[in-house]
Amino acid sequence: MGFEKFLFYVFALILIFAAVRVITVRNSVHAALFLVLAFFTSAALWLLIEAEFLAITMVLVYVGAVMVLFLFVVMMLDLNISPTREGFIKYLPVGAAIAAVIVIEMVLVVGSGYFSSDQYQLISHPSDYSNTKELGSVLYTFYVYPFEIASVILLVAIIAAISLTLRRREGVKSQNPSQQIRVSRNDRVRLVNVTAEKKQ
Amino acid sequence: MIALTDYLVLGAILFCLSVAGIFLNRKNVIILLMSIELMLLSVNFNFIAFSRFLDDSIGQVFVFFILTVAAAESAIGLAILVVLFRNRRTINVADLDMLKG
Repeated sequence: MGFEKFLFYVFALILIFAAVRVITVRNSVHAALFLVLAFFTSAALWLLIEAEFLAITMVLVYVGAVMVLFLFVVMMLDLNISPTREGFIKYLPVGAAIAAVIVIEMVLVVGSGYFSSDQYQLISHPSDYSNTKELGSVLYTFYVYPFEIASVILLVAIIAAISLTLRRREGVKSQNPSQQIRVSRNDRVRLVNVTAEKKQ
Repeated sequence: MIALTDYLVLGAILFCLSVAGIFLNRKNVIILLMSIELMLLSVNFNFIAFSRFLDDSIGQVFVFFILTVAAAESAIGLAILVVLFRNRRTINVADLDMLKG
């Protein structure tokens, strides 16, 4: 067993441990932190088969943005844990049974020798090979329209998230800039003719 | 030498753990969203492993798009969750019966 295989098993064990903790831990903050650990470990596993660009993107996008968003929401919502935990023990046997059945089925399919190392070998690249350059050369030529659609999807997500969470409360004193701009002189200034007082 | 089977089995185990997570935590929407993220991660594992072992970078491009859509999905999901909590003061799935479905 080579050193790469050893590293793979270490990271795989950490990843499975983190995933188990995500679904079994009581506190949602702890679940989010274990999910961060799972993302970091999977980034390391992707580095191990030389998918460098996606590994770094994983850390930047997921750990840096999505999980921070999760943590913000979990901490902002003042959650009462106990009612959301009821039924955990009740559903544990059926959940574990279904998961075990799916694991056994999938291992029977993918572990049956069709995908073993004598069928598929990891293609080794020269040392000046750049994963990012290769991905970019494909992404910005053949897949430029899907790339643009992905950016539109992100724009839709921004607008949807803002418009969903925006709220207008009654009784808040705030400025209305468009109304302020539309004000004319006649609305604000009133010229009054005052008759002069007689000299006494 | 790492084989393709190792990555496929790891992805399968991860997928099943997230399915079990959806079964176990069906009261807590946040953990449900996290389980969906784990599920997408396991799919990404399969894509990247096949992409590298078949020497075809298209799989990694697809993972790129999956990451984009997953980020958008979680952002909108969490926004819905915040609005839900603001209106109902709960995120327990059993209490979300406004649609009477």
